Order: sequence, then structure tokens, then C-alpha cells
Amino acid sequence: MKNNNVIEVENLTKKFGDFIAVNAITFEVKKGEIFGFLGANGAGKTTAMKMLIGISKPTSGSAKVAGFDVFTNTEDIKKNIGYMSQKFALYDDLTVKENITFFGGIYGLSRAKIKEKRSELVQELGLGDIVNELVGSLPLGWKQKISFSIALLHSPTIVFLDEPTGGVDPITRRQFWEMIYKASNNGTTVFVTTHYMDEAEYCDRVSIMVEGKIEALDTPKKLKEKYKAINMNEVFLKLARG
Amino acid sequence: MSISVKNISKSFKTVNAVDDVSFEVKEGELFGLIGPDGAGKTTIFRILTTLLFADKGTATVAGFDVVDDFKEIRNHVGYMPGKFSLYQDLTVEENLTFFATIFGTTIEENYELIKDIYVQIEPFKNRRAGALSGGMKQKLALSCALIHKPKVLFLDEPTTGVDPVSRKEFWEMLKRLQQKGITILVSTPYMDEAELCDRIALIQHGKILQIDTPQEIIKHYPKKIYDVKAANMYRLLESLKSFEHHYSIYPFGEFVHYTDKREDFNPQELYQYLAAKNHQNIKIEITKTTIEDTFMELAK
Repeated sequence: MKNNNVIEVENLTKKFGDFIAVNAITFEVKKGEIFGFLGANGAGKTTAMKMLIGISKPTSGSAKVAGFDVFTNTEDIKKNIGYMSQKFALYDDLTVKENITFFGGIYGLSRAKIKEKRSELVQELGLGDIVNELVGSLPLGWKQKISFSIALLHSPTIVFLDEPTGGVDPITRRQFWEMIYKASNNGTTVFVTTHYMDEAEYCDRVSIMVEGKIEALDTPKKLKEKYKAINMNEVFLKLARG
Repeated sequence: MSISVKNISKSFKTVNAVDDVSFEVKEGELFGLIGPDGAGKTTIFRILTTLLFADKGTATVAGFDVVDDFKEIRNHVGYMPGKFSLYQDLTVEENLTFFATIFGTTIEENYELIKDIYVQIEPFKNRRAGALSGGMKQKLALSCALIHKPKVLFLDEPTTGVDPVSRKEFWEMLKRLQQKGITILVSTPYMDEAELCDRIALIQHGKILQIDTPQEIIKHYPKKIYDVKAANMYRLLESLKSFEHHYSIYPFGEFVHYTDKREDFNPQELYQYLAAKNHQNIKIEITKTTIEDTFMELAK
């Protein structure tokens, strides 16, 4: 991989029978970048993301994630990335503490390391009062913040976030983005999907998928200039409406 | 009044899901319940559609009491729950026919009302509902909720997880339904959709924070908001937080929305402070208040 790229994708394609879900997409993501991966429902985002995190085999093309091949080294990819989505995050029937310990164990951290990471996390998120509560009893915003921190527990090169802020209240949504900025500032690459177009503005670069293809990829500023739009919402409407 | 809610409360075990909520929706109004997950929106919907009893308080829908006249209400309201609740194994057309039959009507009789929406999924009328895309499911669910020509339409988070293009189209559909005289109560976590309603109630933790037109709610915001921008967003946030006079700091798209504690705040002072911290490309401009700013101020 060249110049600090942590994701390199070339002509990556996924077909289901006759249907081309992802059609020869090509892009690169740099270390520490916040990369927004946007598109309408059904545009192929989830399928593309599944290939990148090593749980779906591409039909053709090539891609490397954290230096590992998506065809042959999927287990290495999984060890070097973090992942969270709105749907699956934590175990509701375990406490916050148990969830941290469990995921730390899954990622192969030592007991001492887990303990250290756990107190760090409790400190940073101010979890003191709720560390022994069942995750299921916490508000969605808390779950999402904890689950993001857990996705970072094993210091992954890249963290993939699939609509992490859907339905979350506006204050927590912003606290969540501050956590993203911080991770990126520490050198972690953030690959994120969202339907909130104001969040697209927070990304370093944004790609917009339309019917399986990447129709646009640039900084929010340049995209707005190119499509003569006042904000990313307008850029999105102009591109995806077609 | 099309909907009248008086002092409704509902708890589940130790959680006060809805806490002494009152509001009224006029006939033909498009009224929004705006709040995040867990605010109590769905519980209010379920009480108003007679699927759940309130612990306290009373409510009427289309003139009928939600407890005493529950059967009447069911004939006069359409309800689209947040979770897709049609029969996945029936085709598009079968689902619609099923709901029409249950309400003692036919697709033909009220076709005019759903035409705009249904024509978009009609090419797929023989496809099973389970195999539809998210956007198409939503259109089918709305058609089914409308097929008996309800007086009041309840839409619980119809646009959650829906992309901006489909969201815009959905709201255009709602406006057209409103013009046909249907009262609509809609909930959403998207604050930008609040501005499309006639009146809104901002809700969090089971309590209503404020009820008014979107314009009036924005007017009540107590402070001037400034857009602040600099080359490095993370560093900018850190610097603003250590600026002693800050009142609130929230990222908003490419800017940070900044408010100051003082009445006589001079933006030039903040500019110099940021410049001294080596920020590049600093921009500070006064900006318009949004519903989201107001919500965050009230929810603090």
C-alpha cells in the first residue's frame, strides 16, 4: 500500500445473480481520515462495507484493508478493524463492565490490558455510575457511545461505523462526533455511513454511491462547489435524484 | 379538535415513558412530535390508537374517547407504526386488499386517495411485501394506512433510516394528504423535518419541552448564534471549550454553532483568541437559529 493509504479499492464488484449491487467501485482512504460513505437506501453501501470488513466475498476487482486482501486475508482484516452499527452493538443482558471485558477478550487483549482500557473508558465517558448496569437499560445515546469506545478497544487501524447516530438525540449525536474527531486526531481512520447530511459536512472526504457506483468523491467543500450547492443535503439530492 | 390529549402519563416498571403530556391537534393540521429515541413518542401513538391504556389522563381522537369509544377510533384512524408491520408473505396487492376488506371497503372505492403513492409501487403489485426495498415498503404501509379514508393519520417515525431523497418525497406526499383534509400526527427524530410541520411539540424523557409553530419556537431562542470555522475542527472545538465566556458549542455541518454568556459579546475578541491559538482560516459570522439549536437548549 502506498502513501499512508489504509484502504485501497479497485473495481470492486459484487453481483447477486443478475443484479449488480456494487459496480466496479474504486477509491482510497488515507490514515487518520474521516471518510463519509453516503448513498440512498439500496445504493449498495452495506454490500460494499461487508466486503471491506471481510464478511462478504467480492465477485471481482481487488481491495486491501489495513494492508490485507479482502479475498485471502479476511481474518487479519477482522483483527485490525473495529466495527459498530446501529443494529448490533452490545449485549443487552450484560452490564457495561461485562461487555467491555467480553469484547476485550474477543479481541485477544490480556486481562491487565482489559482492566487498564476499562478504567480509561470509564473515566473518559464518565461511566462511573452505570458501569454495573445492564446495557439494555441504558438510553440509545449511551449505548452508541459505549459501543464506539468498545470498537476502539483493540486500537484498530480503521473503525467502520454503519449509521452510528440514527435516532440519537441531537446533543448526544454531537458528543459522538467529538469522539470521532478525537479518534481521527489519534491516527485512527474512520469510515462512516450516515443519513444526516450535516454529519457529511464533518467528514474529510465524502463519497456518494448511486445504483452501485460511486458517482462523486471529494471534500465536502469541493463537492458543494462542483454541484453549486449550499450544503451537502443539496449535493446529495442533486446526485441521488437522477 | 381532531386530537386532544390531557395530562396523559404512562410508566413501564420504573420508567416514566410519558409524563403528564397534554396537547391538541386541530382538524386538518400537520402536527409533529419531535424527539429522539426513548422520548415517549411511540407510547403516545399507542395510547392514541387505543393499543395501550394510559395510567393517568384522558384523550380523544376524532371526537371519540380512547378508552370508551376505542372501536369507533379504530374505524377512523390510520396508523403506520415505526416497525414495518404488513404481511411479508402476501404480495403488495394482497396486503392492500386485506386492509381494505377488514375496514369494509375496496381498493376501488378510495383509490383516489392513495393513487399518487400507490402508482409508484403498482408495477410491483405481485411481489411479496417482504421482498420490497425500504422505500417501497414505506409507500405500501402508507397506502394500507389510508385505504379506509381515515380522518386522522398516525405516522410513527416514517422516515427513520430513510435517505434524504426518499425523505423529501415522503414529506411531499404528506403535504398532499393534508390538502385532502386529513389530520396528521407524525413523529420524527430529524429536526429538519420539524420545519415542515404546521405546529410541533418538542419532546424528551416523556415530557413536552415546548409546543408552537416552528417559526415561533425558533423566535424564542434566547441568544445570538455565531457560525465559527477554522482549518482543524477538532482543535477548534478544544479551543472554544477553553474560552471562558462560552455558553454553548455544537458542531453544525461545516461550522460550529457558538453562543456566548455575555449580552455584549464582540466576535472580534473570539477571533483574536483563536488567532492567538494558531488557528488558520478563521471565520466568525452571525447565523440563523434552527429547531435543532432550540431543542438542544431546552433539553440541556
